[in-house]
Amino acid sequence: MAVNRNFRTCPSSGLVFHEPAEKLIRWNAVAGVVSLLVGGVLALLVTLTRWPAVKLLPPDWFYLALTAHGLDMLVFWIIFFEIAVLYFAASTLLKCRLATPKVAWVAFWLMIVGALTNNFAVFKGDSSVMFTSYVPMGAHPLFYLGLILFAVGALVACFVFFGTLVVGKAEKTYNGSIPLVTFGAVTAAIIAVFTIAAGAIILIPTFLWSVGLVSHIDSLMYRTVWWAFGHSSQQINVAAHVSVWYAIAAIVFGAKPMSEKVSRTAFVLYILFLQLASAHHLLADPGLTSNWKIFNTSYAMYLAVLASMVHGLTVPGAIEVAQREKGFNKGFFEWLRKAPWGNPSFSGMFISLVGFGFLGGISGVMMGTEQLNLIIHNTIYVPGHFHATVVVGTTLAFMALTYFLIPTLFRREVMFPGMAKWQPYVYGLGMCSFSVFMMGAGTLGVPRRHWDMAFSGAILPHEFPGTAYLMMGIMAVSGIAAVIGGGMYLAITVGSVFFGKKIQTPDFKHVPVRQGMAPAPVPVAAAPSGHGSIGIGGFVAPGTFVLAMIFLTSFILYYFVNWKYLSTVWPLK
Amino acid sequence: MSAIQPPAERLWWKQPLDRVEGTWIVIAFVWCMVMFFMMPYWHVYGKQNLSNEAYRTTPEAYLAKAQAMVDKHTVRTVTEQNIPVVHPVPGSDVYLVARLWQFWPVLELEEGQTYRLHIMSTDWLHGFSLQPENINIQIHPGYEHVVTLTPTKEGTYSIICNEYCGINHHTMASKLYVVKPKKG
Repeated sequence: MAVNRNFRTCPSSGLVFHEPAEKLIRWNAVAGVVSLLVGGVLALLVTLTRWPAVKLLPPDWFYLALTAHGLDMLVFWIIFFEIAVLYFAASTLLKCRLATPKVAWVAFWLMIVGALTNNFAVFKGDSSVMFTSYVPMGAHPLFYLGLILFAVGALVACFVFFGTLVVGKAEKTYNGSIPLVTFGAVTAAIIAVFTIAAGAIILIPTFLWSVGLVSHIDSLMYRTVWWAFGHSSQQINVAAHVSVWYAIAAIVFGAKPMSEKVSRTAFVLYILFLQLASAHHLLADPGLTSNWKIFNTSYAMYLAVLASMVHGLTVPGAIEVAQREKGFNKGFFEWLRKAPWGNPSFSGMFISLVGFGFLGGISGVMMGTEQLNLIIHNTIYVPGHFHATVVVGTTLAFMALTYFLIPTLFRREVMFPGMAKWQPYVYGLGMCSFSVFMMGAGTLGVPRRHWDMAFSGAILPHEFPGTAYLMMGIMAVSGIAAVIGGGMYLAITVGSVFFGKKIQTPDFKHVPVRQGMAPAPVPVAAAPSGHGSIGIGGFVAPGTFVLAMIFLTSFILYYFVNWKYLSTVWPLK
Repeated sequence: MSAIQPPAERLWWKQPLDRVEGTWIVIAFVWCMVMFFMMPYWHVYGKQNLSNEAYRTTPEAYLAKAQAMVDKHTVRTVTEQNIPVVHPVPGSDVYLVARLWQFWPVLELEEGQTYRLHIMSTDWLHGFSLQPENINIQIHPGYEHVVTLTPTKEGTYSIICNEYCGINHHTMASKLYVVKPKKG
């Protein structure tokens, strides 16, 4: 049995990498970045088509590009990168060998084949069914088959991750509990298993339907089960990028969680409640009762929203505590002013956090409120919301992590450091503005997934107000800024990984075996104490608390503004 | 010790809660409850709630009902395609068919009157998006959704499809006229 148990210690970060795991992390991350490149080109085409003054593509190409953009970004880029994060969180953070690297390679190649098959079906031109592929509109069988193969690969990868946790525990590579970031990754992986199961339940029959073996698939059943897959996979992203936030806070500031108990409980709330979110997409559908809608859409009384609001406080709170303990203890915001704003890992992570909370989080709760959904459903407000969550939240957090991974994992210096400094701002702020103007156009009724808001060729066209056109124009310009930011990221990562200056380690040597190498347990403190004498008025993180109150105020105001708006539309019952 | 390392204290769950966290959790929890109870509250006191009334049916049965209404209540036609404009009796059942790529027929309703609007698709998924009111409802094939609605102001409104339904999705738009009630 030639199990490779070689490890290396990263001289700059002190992290211990298991080499087979390291290779898998690299390849999964690279596959993700390639998907991001394809998705990014498509993003530009889609944006330029929805810019009313440009309208670049004809309708068939537009719908094709939009379908491929959704899949390459939301599925392939994010999940490849997430698998890399899972392996990192298990093998690297637990200083543990990866379980069954060969199986992990099988998973990787299944995912590659699945992604290629699905893309082939879309680019062939007969599968422009959008990311959601709602029946009865049908795609080529290869479309579904590709997704199924990809999902099976991702599921296998999740089990490699779980296996690695078992190995770490059995071989005692660490003491006590797993790190918080690993805990968050476990949350993501558990949600992933549920999600992929839901995906199998709906995509396998749909595949059989597409080849003629199943005669009928009910459209409401499809939407209900598909969204148990489609929405839950966004919850994997939330769990993963919140973990990445904690990781970056730890890497950049040495921040420790304010309270392990609170942060971990919040992750558990994700596992318990996020899966109900399928209902978010069905609030305007017939055939479901309001009781079902209200219970599910609110994640059983907003307990998962509560979890996100907790993370939204504890991540910056942990940074604030770490900064105050370093001496930046003056006033409310010295800790934030003196933060390393030129470090793209930090600036990316912080824009991700704020954008996710203020734009993505608040708009998500609006759409997820049963009655408010009536004035939002299927307008371009919806993509406005999820570009704030999945792009500003997840993608930007992953980009921020990349700046840390290039020197540690790929052992290369980051190329174009000046550009790297600016990249999170160009991308993050471009994307925030893009989302805001999408939401603005959505409140004026502009539909999503729509080639022409001027309805050319329609017999009875609708005329949108000039403001809607203006907003779509600003949206497109912001989108182009974000595409430039994305291009900067790709130039930096691809450049660094392939052409960056190699980081040499003079006294590099492999460490053969690491079982039982955990440090001796620290004597247990009688009772763990709280934080020292930092902060203001008994609050260790008063600045964060002020930010949280600003967040809450905006949330409440915007929430009731929407109710006010709803109360002015035609009565319905 | 940080978030990427195991917690330093084995008994990390015994660490007392920081005041800032405890306060925030209480505030956030109260806000979550407010948001939760807002939805049932609106069902009781609000005027805009989506109906739960829906029936499974077939395209043929649904089209027959729509055709009967069109035959009885058509007042004029619009456009070169002679799309019928239907002026139904206030309070009655009104049928709107969504199909590739049109809404049929065109409806003319009276201001301040209440109608039972039935909507269903006879082929793929469509969206009912009433502009500029911005009321948006999903339309399924096989599910006849009955929405009771009351137009509040006269004018010409648009119904546009906002669920992607293929290459001519952007041409799927129609009108809804709201007129003052007839005297006498």
